[in-house]
Amino acid sequence: MFRAIKCYAPSILAAMIVCIYLFPIYWMYATSFKGPVELMLYPPTLWPTDPVSNHWDVFNGRNMPRYFWNSIVITAGTLAITVTFGTGSAYALSLKRNLWVEVALFSILLMQALPPSLMVTPLFVMFNYVGLLYTPRLAVILALASKSLPFYIIICRSAFLGIPKDLREAALVDGSSNIGVFFWIVIPLARNAILVAATLLGIQAMGDYVYSASFIYDQKLQPLTLGLANYVGVSKTDWAGIMTYSSIMVTPILLTFMLLQRRLVSGLTAGALK
Amino acid sequence: MPLIYLAALVGLPFMFNILLSFQDVNMMNLTKLDRPFVGLRNYREVFDNPYFGMIVWNTIVFLVLSTVFQILIGLSLALVFDLGFPGSAYMRGLFLAAWIMPGFATGQIWKWMLAGNSGVINYALEQAGIIGGPVYWLSDPSLALYSIIAVNVWLGVPYYLLLISVALAAIPKDLYEAASLDGATRWSRFFTITLPLLRSTLLALIALGMIFTLQQFDLIASMTSGGPVNSTNVLQFWSWQFSIQSFNLSLGSAVSVLLLVVVVGIATIYVLATRSEGN
Repeated sequence: MFRAIKCYAPSILAAMIVCIYLFPIYWMYATSFKGPVELMLYPPTLWPTDPVSNHWDVFNGRNMPRYFWNSIVITAGTLAITVTFGTGSAYALSLKRNLWVEVALFSILLMQALPPSLMVTPLFVMFNYVGLLYTPRLAVILALASKSLPFYIIICRSAFLGIPKDLREAALVDGSSNIGVFFWIVIPLARNAILVAATLLGIQAMGDYVYSASFIYDQKLQPLTLGLANYVGVSKTDWAGIMTYSSIMVTPILLTFMLLQRRLVSGLTAGALK
Repeated sequence: MPLIYLAALVGLPFMFNILLSFQDVNMMNLTKLDRPFVGLRNYREVFDNPYFGMIVWNTIVFLVLSTVFQILIGLSLALVFDLGFPGSAYMRGLFLAAWIMPGFATGQIWKWMLAGNSGVINYALEQAGIIGGPVYWLSDPSLALYSIIAVNVWLGVPYYLLLISVALAAIPKDLYEAASLDGATRWSRFFTITLPLLRSTLLALIALGMIFTLQQFDLIASMTSGGPVNSTNVLQFWSWQFSIQSFNLSLGSAVSVLLLVVVVGIATIYVLATRSEGN
C-alpha cells in the first residue's frame, strides 16, 4: 500500500500542478454556464450550481457565424499561401548549402523575430497605397502569410534535411523527374512536419488580432477575435457573455490541439532550436 | 519565388518603415509617394513626449521580468517532469493548451479572474490570508504592469518547459550515476552537471524569450489597452497606438524603428549563437 502511494505520488502531484495551471481555461467554461446572479456571487461558486446555457443566444446574437466564416477565410488563405510557397522554397534551401543559402536562412530567421505590431505601420501605408485596404481580408492574409512563411520554411527544411539522399538518388536513377521526386518521395516522407507546421500556423492565424484590428474596419469582414473585442466594447462587465463567446471561439482550437497533441509536441521539439 | 514574396512583404516594409520615420506623414499625403523630409523631427517629438521615459522603462521591466520568470518556472517544471513518473510526458504536453490559446481571449479570461470585486483570484488570495481586501490588479497603475507580466509568463511557460525538457533528456544519464557514486548530492549534481550542460540552451531561450515578449501585443490590447495612464504601455503597443488609433504614422514609424533596432540586435545574436552551436 505504502509503496503504491510512493509510486503514484509524483503523478498525482504533477496532475495537480496541471490542473492548477489550466484552471483559467476551466474557469472560462465554468463561467459560461453561470446565470447573472450566480456570476456575481462572492465567494464565487467553483462549479455552476444552477447551470444555464446561453451559448446558442450568444452564438447567434453576436453574429458569430459570420465572424467564424471570416476567421476561416483568413486562416485558409494564409495557409494556402504559406504551404504553396513555403514547401518548395524549404526544399530548395535543403538541397544545396552555399553562401546564398546561408544568407537566405539568416534573413528568414531574422524575419521571424520582427514583432507584427511594429510591421503594421509600413504595411498600412503600403497596402493603402496599392489599394489593398479595400479588400482588407486579403491584406490580413498577405501580412499573416509573410509572418508564417519563415517559421514554416524552417520547420519543413529541417524535416527535408532528415530524408536520406540515397532515397532521392535511387528514384532519379529509376527514371523519376526532379518534380516527381519532390511530390512522390519528399513530401510524403515529410508530411508529419508539414502537418505540424500548418496546424500551429493555422491556430496562430485563427487567433490573429493585431493585423485584423489594423486593416479591417468593416464589421462584416472581421474575424472572431475582433468580434470578441467588439463585444467587450459594448458590454464590459457581461462576463458570462464574454466567457461564453470566448469558449465557443477557443473550443475548435482546443479540440484540434487535443487531437494532434502528440504530433504537435514532437514536431515542436524537433524543429524548435534550429 | 517565395523569397521574393518575403522580400516584398517583410524586407520592403522594413526599409519603407525607416524612410517613413524621417518623413512627415499625414492623412493628406498618405497616398502620395513623395512626402516632405523632416530629418529627425519625428524622433525628437517621440523623445520629448512626457510618457517616453515611462514607456521605455515599462518595456524593459516587461521584457526582463517576463523572460526571467518564464525560464525559471519552465526550468523548475521541466525538472519535476524529468523524474519520469507514469504519465509525465502526456501531462507535460497538456501545458501547451495554455500556449496555443488566442492571446486576446486569454486576456479576457484573466481580466475576469483578476476582477476587483468578484474575481476568483482575489477570493483565493483572501482565503489564503495573503491579502486583506480586494486588490484592483488591472486598474491600480502600480500593479497593472505586473499583472500583465504574470499572465504573459503563464502564456509562455509551456513552451520553455517543453524545450528545456528536450535539452534535459539529451544529458547522458551515466553522468549523474557517476556523480552520485562519487557522493554528490542532488543539489551539487544540479549545479555541476545540469546547469553547465543546459547553458547554451538557456542562453538561446533567453534570446528567444525576449523576441517573443517584444511580440506580445494581444494581451495588452485585451486587458488594459496600455492604461491606466500608460502604466502598462510598452513600445510595441505605443507604436501601434500612434499609427492605427490616431493615424500619426510619422511617430508610429519612429517608435517602431527604435524598437526594431533592438529586436534585430537580439535576433542576430540568437541566430549566430544557435547556428555556430549546430555546426
